[in-house]
Amino acid sequence: MENNISTEKKNSEVIVVTSGKGGVGKTTTSANVGTGLAKQGKKVCLIDTDIGLRNLDVVMGLENRIVYNLVDVVEGNCRIKQALIRDKRHPGLYLMPSAQTRDKSAVSPGQMVKVIEHLKEQFDYIILDCPAGIEQGFQNAIAGANRAIVVTTPEVSAIRDADRIIGLLEANGFKQMDLIINRLRMDMVKRGDMMSAADVVDILAIPLMGIIPDDENVVIATNQGEPLVGNDTPAGQAYANVVDRIQGKEVPFLNFEKGISFWTKVTGIFRKV
Amino acid sequence: MKRFFRKKSSCQVAKDRLKILLISDRVNCSPEIMELIKADITKVISKYMKIDAQNMDIQINAKANKGGRGKTPILYANIPIIDIHKS
Repeated sequence: MENNISTEKKNSEVIVVTSGKGGVGKTTTSANVGTGLAKQGKKVCLIDTDIGLRNLDVVMGLENRIVYNLVDVVEGNCRIKQALIRDKRHPGLYLMPSAQTRDKSAVSPGQMVKVIEHLKEQFDYIILDCPAGIEQGFQNAIAGANRAIVVTTPEVSAIRDADRIIGLLEANGFKQMDLIINRLRMDMVKRGDMMSAADVVDILAIPLMGIIPDDENVVIATNQGEPLVGNDTPAGQAYANVVDRIQGKEVPFLNFEKGISFWTKVTGIFRKV
Repeated sequence: MKRFFRKKSSCQVAKDRLKILLISDRVNCSPEIMELIKADITKVISKYMKIDAQNMDIQINAKANKGGRGKTPILYANIPIIDIHKS
């Protein structure tokens, strides 16, 4: 068991969750990864960097507890601690919400770096939920991060944007970028109507950190405001594996994500006829 | 029954489209320019030997470095020769 919590504070990891395209599951991934790490005894701070369109608070079920936000911290209206919402369900899990009534220009990359430097002193993991797009919101989110998780779905548009994002992260000096493929539908892959995880990895050429099946439980969990990581659901298990892999553990990929042989594809077509 | 005669799965179509799309995205080089390069290479090589222009394949591979995404794109040209001595 590893309960050597936050003794080595300087090794805290700052991970930005990004995708380029909107609606592929950045916020869901941030919420589940953060919650999963906290469940394993880590001290985790989730930061919603999507100023003007905050969502991480509702996905986490913490929307009623917001007093101060990231912009208040940056503008000096409150101390960092006052803006952090403690998740009572998981010790060690905190959320820094974004501002709903402002826009992206309210924060600069330099200010983000400062806030993160402060948070590093107390947290093992800082997870930044990045807004869609490649404008200032993206620049703010990546400014203080040393690691990135790129979320995509097996669709042409999402993959194209992910490729662009990976290029931008590389240009910004990121060395560690890992891929999460979200909303994979095994039935469609078998039929040859959806790219497999192997196909997507082949195209994007960064290490694979997880494959999340398309699972209605994600919607249910979001409805309830409680991330499903670790639950007995396909997506919950897949996210639990992601959490282990983030910490460097080797976890075999779940069965649904194994490569589909040519023959399966052929029979898949025949069955459909 | 239509499905039976369909040549490519939609997955394969997506992959093929993405591969071409991302090459131009990554190197900022459009498919039209690739076609022009191809035509010019054919012209030059044809001066010296007989080549199979129909089956030649040129591509910019942006994943040249080991460990995945390299930053130096490389132009590959695969040109089948029909007759090496042009008479």
